[in-house]
Amino acid sequence: MPRLAALSTRLPLLRTAVAAASAIPRRRIVCLLPKRAFSLAPTARAAAAAQALTSAQYPTLRRNPDFKTLNDNDVAFFKSAIKSPAGVITADTPDELEPFNQDWMRRFKGQSTLVLRPSSTSEVSAVLKYCNDNNIAVVPQGGNTGLVGGSVPVHDEVVLSLQNMNQIREFDPVSGILTCDAGCVLEVLDNHLAQKGFIMPLDLGAKGSCQIGGNVATNAGGLRLLRYGSLHGTVLSMEVVMADGRIVECGKPLRKDNTGFDLKQLFIGSEGTLGVITSVSILTPRRSRAVNVAMLGVSSFDHLMEVFKQAKMDLNEILSAFEFFDRTCLNLVKRHIPNVRAPFDADTRFYVLIETSGSNKDHDDDKLSTFLEHVMTEGMVEDGALAQDATQAAGMWNIRETITESLAKEGGNYKYDLSVPVAQLYDVVEEMQKQLAERGLYAADGSATGAVKHVVGFGHMGDGNLHLNLTSTGWTTELTQAIEPPLYKSIQRRGGSISAEHGVGLMKAPYLSYSKSADFIDLMKSMKKLFDPKGILNPYKYFPPS
Amino acid sequence: MSLNRILVPVKRVIDYAVKVRVTGGKIDTNVKHSMNPFDEIAVEQAVRMREGKQVKEVIAMTVGPTKSLETLRTALAMGADRAIHVETPEGTEILPLQVAKLIRAVAEKEKPEVVILGKQAIDDDSSQTGQMLAGLLGWSQATFANKIAVAGDKLTVDREVDGGLETISTKLPTIITTDLRLNEPRYATLPNIMKAKKKKVDKFTPADLKVDIKGSIETIKIEEPAKRSGGKKVASVDELIDKLKNEAKVL
Repeated sequence: MPRLAALSTRLPLLRTAVAAASAIPRRRIVCLLPKRAFSLAPTARAAAAAQALTSAQYPTLRRNPDFKTLNDNDVAFFKSAIKSPAGVITADTPDELEPFNQDWMRRFKGQSTLVLRPSSTSEVSAVLKYCNDNNIAVVPQGGNTGLVGGSVPVHDEVVLSLQNMNQIREFDPVSGILTCDAGCVLEVLDNHLAQKGFIMPLDLGAKGSCQIGGNVATNAGGLRLLRYGSLHGTVLSMEVVMADGRIVECGKPLRKDNTGFDLKQLFIGSEGTLGVITSVSILTPRRSRAVNVAMLGVSSFDHLMEVFKQAKMDLNEILSAFEFFDRTCLNLVKRHIPNVRAPFDADTRFYVLIETSGSNKDHDDDKLSTFLEHVMTEGMVEDGALAQDATQAAGMWNIRETITESLAKEGGNYKYDLSVPVAQLYDVVEEMQKQLAERGLYAADGSATGAVKHVVGFGHMGDGNLHLNLTSTGWTTELTQAIEPPLYKSIQRRGGSISAEHGVGLMKAPYLSYSKSADFIDLMKSMKKLFDPKGILNPYKYFPPS
Repeated sequence: MSLNRILVPVKRVIDYAVKVRVTGGKIDTNVKHSMNPFDEIAVEQAVRMREGKQVKEVIAMTVGPTKSLETLRTALAMGADRAIHVETPEGTEILPLQVAKLIRAVAEKEKPEVVILGKQAIDDDSSQTGQMLAGLLGWSQATFANKIAVAGDKLTVDREVDGGLETISTKLPTIITTDLRLNEPRYATLPNIMKAKKKKVDKFTPADLKVDIKGSIETIKIEEPAKRSGGKKVASVDELIDKLKNEAKVL
C-alpha cells in the first residue's frame, strides 16, 4: 500500500517526527499504538537484590513435606501426556526454565525444575489428574505479568503454563460473544476484534504479554473498567479443569442463564487456587468509531475532583477512561522512556488523561468541546491538550501506560494497589511521604536522597483506585516494615481495600485480614478444601499463612 | 526578513494509524480522518516562523468537502491566524493539478511570499501538488525540506535527496514542501483550541475561483495487495535445506 511505503522508508526517523512513543524502538514499523515492552534494565543494586530466591526472602513459607519431589518417572509421564516436544521444559535446559521461575518485577524467584505447556484442555486434565494422584504441587501460569508474586513458584512446584493454548475458538458478530483458549494474549484478542468492529472490555498496560485466562483468574481491572465494568460482568462462561482433572463447563456462552449457582464467579479472581481456567467466553462491546483523548494539567487534588465531577456531568455516557498521575510520574516517564513528549508546557501537580468513546463523532466532539471550555474558563484546569489524530492519542496514552515501566527502571519498586473513597485518594500518598520522612527514610524536599527515593500516586480515579508506588535503593526488610503495616492499617481505617485489582498472590496474603473478616476467610478456606482437597493448586499463596 | 504572509494548504486524509480496507471495490472511508502528517509539519513550520517574527500572518487553506473544516480548525488550533475553505462536493476526488490551480487562485488573491505544503499526502502519495504549483505560479521551489534558514532576503533550505542532503538558496517568492525531519508538530493546547473557534474562516467554491475541478485521470480499479502467503514450519534441518533447494530455489 503506497501510503505506508513512503513513510516506512524513513522508518527510524518517523518516530521522532510523529508524536508516537512506542516503547519498542526498532521492531514495529506500522503500529504507533503504545505497547508494553517488558524491557527492564533495573539498577545494578536492584538487580542483585532481585535474584534472591523467594524461599530465602520468606523463610517462614516452608516447603510442604506432603508434596512429592519430582523424579524421572514423573517427567516421563508428563512427556507422554503432552504431545508436543516443546510442551515439557526440564532442568536440562536451565535458560529456557528461568523465565517461568521469575516474576515480571524480578522480585520473586522460584525453584521449579519442570514447566509444562499443554496444547489442549484434555492434556491439562491428564496433567492435573496425575499431579493430584501423586501430590505434586502446581502453579498455573499465564503471561506472568502479575504484580503480587502469584504466578511463579515459591519452591519446586511444577509450572503449568497456558501459553500454548492460544486458539480463538469462536466469535459471534451479532452478540459480540468471543470464546477463546485461556492462553490467548489480550492484545492479540483485541486486534482480532478490531477487524470485526469490536473491542475487548478490558485493557491494561501489560496487554502485549498478559493472557485472558490470567486476566480472568485475577479479575483484572484496567483502563476500561470505568466504561465496560468488571470481568465479573463481562465473562459469560468458562471451561475449568479441577485439581483432580475433571473438566467442568461453567455455563454456556449466553447472555442470560439462571440455571444453578453461578460458580464461574468463584473462579474469577481465585488466582489459580480453585481450578485452572482453560477457556473463556466473554461479551465484547462494539468498538467506538469516535475516540477522543485529552490530557489536562491540574494544580490541586480538589481541582482534580472538580474536573472529575464535571467530566461525569458533561461527558456522561461517552466517558471511557479517567486516569490521573502526579508530577513525579511524568518526570520519571520523561527520564526513562524514549521519544516521550509532554503534550503541553505547564508543570502542574497533577495530570489527567481523559478518553471518550462513542458512535457519533460530531456528537462526541460537541460534548467534549463543552466540557473542555467549562474546565478552562472556570479555572479548574491550568492547561491541557486535545489529540488531533490517532498518533497523538497514542502518545498521550503512552505517557500513562509507561509509568509502571519507568518506576521499575528506577529500581527497588514497592507497588501498592489500593481502593479508598475518591476524596482520600491522594491523602494516602501524602501520609506515606510524611511518615517516611519522620523516620528519616524519605527526603521531604523532593531531592530523592533518602532510602526511599520517590513516593508517587497514579491510577484509575474513576474507580477510586490508587496505585501507590515507592522507589528505593532496594527491597529490604527494614523498608518493608516501615511501609507496609502502617499503610495497611491506614487503608483499614479508611474502609478501603489493600488490593483493588492486583490481587493477593504471595505479597498480600499475610494482610488479607486488613480487608476481610476472620469468618469470611474461614468460608474461603472451606471452599478451597472442597475444590482442591490436597491443596496442590498454587500453594503458599492467597490465604494468610497459618 | 519579515514576510507578510505564509500560505499553508492542508489536506484531510484517512488517519495514519488506520488500517485501510477495500470493500466492494472502494476504499472504506467510514474511518477516522485527520490532517495529513506532512501538512502538520508545514503548519508547525509556518507558526514557528511567525513566533520568530519572520512572518506576520499564517493563513491555512484546504480543498475539500464540508468535513474538511475540522482540519482547518486543527491548523487554527496549532496557531494559524485565519483560514480559507475551498469547498468541493462530497465524494469527489480532486487531483493534484486541480488542487494546485485552486491554491494558485488563492495565492493570487492573498499574495503570500511563501507557500509551505506537505511533500505528499498519505492517501495518494502523489508528491505533485507543490511542484505543480511552483510551475503554475512561476515561482522557485525547495522540496523535501529538512531544514529552513532565513538568510537576509533569501531562504536557505536543506533538501533530502537520495544521496543525502542538498543545500540550496532560493529567492522569494517560493514554494516549500516539508519532509519528515523538518520539525515535530505541537499538540493543540486548550487555550489555542478555544481561541481557534473565534478565528475567521472564509469560504469559496471552485467556481468562485474560476477553476475547473474535473480531473483528467480516471480511476479504473482499486484492490488490496495480494495477501502474504503463510510461512511453513519445518521439522528438521534436512527438510529446511530440501525446501530451500527445491521449492524456494535459493540454494
